[in-house]
Amino acid sequence: MSALAIETHGLTKVYGDTRAVDGIDLSIARGGVHGFLGPNGAGKTTAIRMLATLIRPDAGTARVLGRDVIHEADAVRSQVSLTGQFASVDEDLTGLENLVLIARLYGYRGAAATRRAADLLEAFGLADAADRPVKKYSGGMRRRVDIAASIVATPELLFLDEPTTGLDPRARNEVWDIIRALVAHGTTVMLTTQYLDEADQLADRISVIDSGKIIAEGTSSELKHSVGAGALHVRVMHRDDREAARRILVRELDVTVDTANDPQLLVAALDDRSRAMRALTALEEARIDLAQFALGQPTLDEVFLALTGHEAERPDTDRPEGTEEAA
Amino acid sequence: MTTQAAPEPTATAPTEAAIASALASGARPPRPGALTTSVTFGWRALLKIKHIPEQLFDVTVFPVMMTLIFTYLFGGAIAGSTADYIAYLAPGILVQSVLFITMYTGATLREDIDKGVFDRFRSLPIWRPSALVGMLLGDAVRYTVAATVTGIVCVLVGWRPDGGFVGVALGVLVLLVFAFALGWIWIFLGLLLRSQRAVMGVSMMVLMPLVFGSNIFADPATMPGWLQGWIEVNPVAHVVNAVRALMDGVAVGGEWVWVLGWSAALVLVFGSLTMWRYRDPR
Repeated sequence: MSALAIETHGLTKVYGDTRAVDGIDLSIARGGVHGFLGPNGAGKTTAIRMLATLIRPDAGTARVLGRDVIHEADAVRSQVSLTGQFASVDEDLTGLENLVLIARLYGYRGAAATRRAADLLEAFGLADAADRPVKKYSGGMRRRVDIAASIVATPELLFLDEPTTGLDPRARNEVWDIIRALVAHGTTVMLTTQYLDEADQLADRISVIDSGKIIAEGTSSELKHSVGAGALHVRVMHRDDREAARRILVRELDVTVDTANDPQLLVAALDDRSRAMRALTALEEARIDLAQFALGQPTLDEVFLALTGHEAERPDTDRPEGTEEAA
Repeated sequence: MTTQAAPEPTATAPTEAAIASALASGARPPRPGALTTSVTFGWRALLKIKHIPEQLFDVTVFPVMMTLIFTYLFGGAIAGSTADYIAYLAPGILVQSVLFITMYTGATLREDIDKGVFDRFRSLPIWRPSALVGMLLGDAVRYTVAATVTGIVCVLVGWRPDGGFVGVALGVLVLLVFAFALGWIWIFLGLLLRSQRAVMGVSMMVLMPLVFGSNIFADPATMPGWLQGWIEVNPVAHVVNAVRALMDGVAVGGEWVWVLGWSAALVLVFGSLTMWRYRDPR
């Protein structure tokens, strides 16, 4: 039981000219949630599919719960579960039939399989929809039956590939609650997401992945800290004052001050928090009315920008199998 | 319109306590064997037919059309009369009806893979080929429906097989064995090619010479030498010979070796290729 949940060295997967996963080293302890954060096409799904034994690495090694994903693939499969990015249930079958199918494949027989399936549907609030085809389910219900299918036999480690992509905020919160319940029970969860707040909310530790490489790793606070001591957000009461306020901040803080789209907002990354007080005093003396003067940790959005030099969201430019954009 | 659409399924939010108790009771039963898991996947295929019965369209309407068209189109020209021709054609058209339907296996698999269901199956700790074997077992039901429909149409048109019911049933059994073996080609193509359309296209290209370059429609003695040479080795021609012998109530002889040999070879070669590809499909 002492083995790590996941341990990889130089894990690599190449598709044609693309190094989808490019030499990843991971060392993830058991328990809690580990987040894999990155934009579309960063290599999150490819990495998870290798760890779940669905595809074979081209180079490097990976051990999951102490077992090698190539040579002991079957042993890995018996201890992990996967909920894929796209529905990994059969949408032509009913919710009950889907879970009975999985229960039988795990060795439940006849009535025991049906009972296990019904219990899970009940626990996931889907008892009323048990006999409807999954294609008639809402997005949130589909996700729930998908996760239920993953815990028909309780896994040691659960892979969740973008579990809340495309869900409305309520359904998203429900999935988050489910994940927290799984973790409270002792299951280790490895989660991919492109939502920074999701990683922030759920993950104990986060690996930031971009273009197939891990570019940062740590707790949410550590990642934020690595970008700087904090971010200062100043909002002036009158937009005409913004330029004057900006000059005072540059002088007092000795850092660059960004002007956002918001015509009253100024944002500065601080190295030294003590200077913030001097800046506030200087603004007061210049009689500039302030609506907001807030010192906080940077958001993960800002972290991502600082780490990669580009925004976290890069829609449609590098999906794994995306179509060419029309010029 | 007097009825309204069914109401949207309702669902209540799951609670942490309920999920915890579901997890706690998830102690695993003993691992099921290869046969159990294969049959379970066969059960899934039958459930899909139950939910979408339109899937049976191709195994019912298509064979009827083929049988009627070929009988009345060529009957007079080839054998002098429809009644004489059906005696020759019926076993062959049975083989053709079933073999054409085997092709859908690859396209169905591709669809499953594209939708993501296969990711779950492949992540389960079960005998690896069982999802694929189960698919073919489910398909055997479809083949049986197609063979039954074709047989009935042939009888209606005037076919009176000398082998009787037992001979016909044995012929269909031989055909099912070969169809199961041939299915591994389509499954391999379903894993190899990345779109459903490509799978259908290539499958058709493979199947055409097998089915039409055969002794299904006419006596090979009337054909040029190169074609006779092909028919000599074409596995489908040997299946037709065996099925024809059983249904006509005559000795099958050496054709057993050909049919079973070809079936075993197909499973061995394409089954292995499939399982190699199954480890790391796109």
